[in-house]
Amino acid sequence: MGETFLSIENVTKSFAQTTVVRNVDIAIDKGEFVSFLGPSGCGKTTTLRMVAGFENPTAGRIVIDGKDVTDLKPNQRNIGMVFQSYALFPNMTVAQNIAFGLKVAGASSADIAARVKEMLGIIKLPDHGGRYPFQLSGGQQQRVALARALAVKPSVLLLDEPLSALDAKIRISLRAEIRAIQRELGITTIYVTHDQEEALSMSDRIVVMNEGRVEQIGTPVEIYNQPRTRFVASFVGTLTILAAKAVDAAKGTMSLDGQKIRAGKPFPASASKNISVALRPEAIALGKGDDNANRLTVKVVNVNFLGSIVRVKVRSGAQDISLDMFNQSTTAPPKVGEQVTVNFNPDDLVVLDGQPQA
Amino acid sequence: MRGKAWAWITFALGCTYFFVPLIGTIEFSMRMKRGEYSFEAYRVVFGDERFQATFGYSILIAALTIAVGILIVVPTAYWIRLRLPNLRPVVEFITLLPLIIPAIVIVFGYLRMYNSSSWIPFTATRRGTDILLMFGYVTLALPYMYRAVDTGLRTIDVQTLTEAAQILGAKWPTIIARVILPNVLIAVLSGAFLTFAIVIGEFTMASLLDRPAFGPYLQNIGANRAYEPAALAIIAFFITWGCMAVIQVLSRYAPKSASRPN
Repeated sequence: MGETFLSIENVTKSFAQTTVVRNVDIAIDKGEFVSFLGPSGCGKTTTLRMVAGFENPTAGRIVIDGKDVTDLKPNQRNIGMVFQSYALFPNMTVAQNIAFGLKVAGASSADIAARVKEMLGIIKLPDHGGRYPFQLSGGQQQRVALARALAVKPSVLLLDEPLSALDAKIRISLRAEIRAIQRELGITTIYVTHDQEEALSMSDRIVVMNEGRVEQIGTPVEIYNQPRTRFVASFVGTLTILAAKAVDAAKGTMSLDGQKIRAGKPFPASASKNISVALRPEAIALGKGDDNANRLTVKVVNVNFLGSIVRVKVRSGAQDISLDMFNQSTTAPPKVGEQVTVNFNPDDLVVLDGQPQA
Repeated sequence: MRGKAWAWITFALGCTYFFVPLIGTIEFSMRMKRGEYSFEAYRVVFGDERFQATFGYSILIAALTIAVGILIVVPTAYWIRLRLPNLRPVVEFITLLPLIIPAIVIVFGYLRMYNSSSWIPFTATRRGTDILLMFGYVTLALPYMYRAVDTGLRTIDVQTLTEAAQILGAKWPTIIARVILPNVLIAVLSGAFLTFAIVIGEFTMASLLDRPAFGPYLQNIGANRAYEPAALAIIAFFITWGCMAVIQVLSRYAPKSASRPN
């Protein structure tokens, strides 16, 4: 971990009787790319807007580079922001848009011209300075918005779902471009998205939010492979959540519909024996596996051909489990109604926090 | 095919209804000299000192009305869109009142409130009465000016543009002058020309406040002359049409957006 550059300390935000952000506490390192991931209404955009200064926290504080900015206006924070709707000034050319912040700051004409040229080069639109926003595609407009935000050399860059208005192909290419520019400039960045693929592919760390709270903070690998709560498990990736009964928490053993399995490590012993466990479809395979593997005898209830993979749904007791197998000509998928054995590594079995839901 | 014929018949009837009286008035205005068509009536009108004086007065009052109207309406409409959207229905109702309350009621209200023995004796001096007339016109033009500006603001994302400017370090005067106003300038100009068209021919307020405006002059000429009123009607008509044409021309220069590229 590097040094903390931006900290959101126990921030709460309420509108009248409704609390939309609750005790959010996040420390972000210098140059780190952190994504706020969650469904609509989870508080991620409100948190971002509090960092920008468009909303005032009801409680808590925001510190950037050791300075408390909680009560500063947006134009006093030296923050760059890219909006979902681009928000380019329609009456200005691309170059004028990029130059806007520099002009406001009172930079000299020569400095402005040099910086605009540099930014146009960075976003790979060197010949587009004289065009108006309406003459650009959505992807180009968003690159200009990024250049405009970065032109003033902000200490923090905020991106509020910047790719959600673009089509899938451009989204993927822009993702890589944004990340490359961010790495090149080493700027501390917060990226708000509801798209898990975006967050997983771009971020150093992901903050998963739900109902105004932080559910989990971790690297993409941690968030995907070790979801800590039922919400994170269900929101990020495809995942089967199963109800099991704890047998020996210290040994990590449990019973799933009468079949004994174990987790890779001990789990916290709770008052209730009922626990929730999660399994990724790609972690389960047909067959008995090696000696260390957990095994379940299940019945095939559905086989779904998805091109490169075949998703098989099997049933253990009353619970359905999804498993993915590669579409290989040498291995035929099982037939519906067939009784099969599936196996998975104990380390892939994630015991979730909290009580299982009904 | 049949529907198309009906459309053309309706169009022709509409044109007849609109153009026949217009052509008739033009024709009549050119018959001042017996036995020949001439622009004599127009020459007389333009040569009349009272025409020049009243027309000049009304243009000046219209310009002041537009300036004061813009200063009041643009920040109000902007602020209501940005910060007080709940107040919009209230403000829209208030701006519609001049359409419901007759000008004669408004001007009598002014005379009671601002007469020479009141706390604010606007009517005690000519300049004061001119100012009162100008504010009266601002009120009369409010429904058109507010709607024009509000419609202009609706075409842009006021909140996001404001926030984008703010985060880049801009303060309120910069945001309004360099981001908001240029993007609603065409709407503001539309409101301005509508205001001009209203003020230039207004009679009731100018007459009851006894100001030398173009409206009372038109009425006076109409009551006492034959051909000059027809010439004046055509002049007034072309001034209004000119204003509309200017609005159309200016709207071509409106800031473009991806959703409105032409």
